[in-house]
Amino acid sequence: MAKKTSVKVPYIFAVLFTVSGFAISILINLLYPQKAADVAFKSYDIPFLTLNANDLYITVLALLITGFAVSGIIAHRSDITSASYRNKAKLRFAAGLLLGVLDIAGTKEKILPQPFFPGPVEILEPFLSEGDFIAENLFYSLRLYIFGFFFGAFFGIGTGILIGWFDNVHFWVNPILELTGVIPAVAWMPFALTLCPTPFSAAVFLIVICVWFPIASLTAAGIRSTPKALYEAAGILGGKSSFLLFHVAVPHAMPQIFTGLCTANAYAFTTLVMAEMLGQPGGLGYYINLSKVWSSYNKVFTAILIMAVLFSIILKVLKLIESYVLRWQKGVVK
Amino acid sequence: MSDNILTVSNVSRQFTDSEKTITVLSDIDFELKQGECVSIIGTSGCGKTTLLRLVAGFDKATGGEIRFRDKAVDGLDYRRGYIFQQHNLFPWLTVEKNIEVGLKARHVKKTERPSVQEYIELVGLHGFEKSFPHQISGGMAQRTAIARALINEPQLLLLDEPMGALDTFTRADIQDKLLEIRKLKDLTMLIVTHDLDEALYMSDRIIIMSARPGKISEVINVNIPYPRNRSGTEFLALRNVLLEKFDLANAQPQPEYII
Repeated sequence: MAKKTSVKVPYIFAVLFTVSGFAISILINLLYPQKAADVAFKSYDIPFLTLNANDLYITVLALLITGFAVSGIIAHRSDITSASYRNKAKLRFAAGLLLGVLDIAGTKEKILPQPFFPGPVEILEPFLSEGDFIAENLFYSLRLYIFGFFFGAFFGIGTGILIGWFDNVHFWVNPILELTGVIPAVAWMPFALTLCPTPFSAAVFLIVICVWFPIASLTAAGIRSTPKALYEAAGILGGKSSFLLFHVAVPHAMPQIFTGLCTANAYAFTTLVMAEMLGQPGGLGYYINLSKVWSSYNKVFTAILIMAVLFSIILKVLKLIESYVLRWQKGVVK
Repeated sequence: MSDNILTVSNVSRQFTDSEKTITVLSDIDFELKQGECVSIIGTSGCGKTTLLRLVAGFDKATGGEIRFRDKAVDGLDYRRGYIFQQHNLFPWLTVEKNIEVGLKARHVKKTERPSVQEYIELVGLHGFEKSFPHQISGGMAQRTAIARALINEPQLLLLDEPMGALDTFTRADIQDKLLEIRKLKDLTMLIVTHDLDEALYMSDRIIIMSARPGKISEVINVNIPYPRNRSGTEFLALRNVLLEKFDLANAQPQPEYII
């Protein structure tokens, strides 16, 4: 058998291959006949134009094609990014194709169990029919997340520093942290709902609790593991105890603080959605609940899609901040 | 008022655990005058590092007294600089920021700070200001540590086997650098080492310690003018004297065993 040699296809083909999945999906949408009955898309007036959900779907696909083509051109500038772009080509092709398959199975033929698995067009429709309402809920979730995560991170780093630095605090507070930390935050829901003045503050309270624990325990661990030699080095240079804490122990704990932040971030998403589903006047979780009641499963998917995008963006931002703050680690840790 | 920078009188250090008391240092007496460079040598476990840590203030003597500029040593003081065997740089700070740490720790006003660049040039690290400790070699890291100690303008520099982790060439390079800086800044140095050549090359006096308990067994004056020649006759003669003292001059006859 002849040995396979990999011939590097020209870069332009990688770009074309990447976008072709989405292009095929456009063709499927336009050419494949609508077999299942009772599918009609209402037209909506949005500023400057009138369009229905199917037009929106095609627009989104066209935007994806443009986006990946442009990013392909940008990636071409360096070897690392272009290799990564090449590498992802088949994945993006498959993603594009998957949309076409879902379009057939969910909308055109409706062979998937209905109404649980709508096609991509139906999932996009709520953006047109109730875009303002979705935005409202999105901002509610975002506000909840920001308040909960930032207060939780603030208290978590604060208690972590106290536990890590003062042996007395460690002795008295650490057991409380260990004991309460393992309880899922939503278990406090009944107290949160009755004791907090507003539902919003109740949800913030729950997120703060779930964020606080991993950050506090990891911050404390990072501070307590600071080598004595570094304290000695700082001490002989004239550093007093506050300097040792904020310029030696805290920077040393920084990698672990970030591990805590990333873990806490995941917990925060979970608690956020759960809290919203169980008693909030708004938010993406609330939107899911509301849609479920009306059997509008396409809207459930809309909310899930928004969460996926939103949470990935938040995670990405956190990772970017981490890689900047911990840039001194580059090359030390793999 | 004496003109001694450092006076160590009758110092002892005992460590006590639940069962017994171990005397690590006893009857240590010596003095250091302004501008002197003194080495302490001895086999490992003789307590030389313990002694240096007492002088620095990391540890407290159980007996006797250590006076630094006519004041009893109590805790740390930035005027006694310390170079560790491992560089102990802060990994999250660049070379430049590491050198600057002492000034920040002491809250020296920006306008009153000596130039960091001057100290970077002094130890020959020009071009590596923005590097992080893991990106530079061991020798460069130790030079950064030296600059970090010197920027505080210490009146006494304590060196705990500062070249212990370095290879021969880097070692010689840093020794020369230290002697150069000593001349420039009229630095007083106390070096703990187990390297006889280093002690001979660097110091005016060599304190030889014996182990269990750690005691000063002998003090040798090195009256060879600087810069010293590592292969000069006087140097080698004195080196032989030192080797004799540690029973290292001749190959030791191996005991014969009968099975």
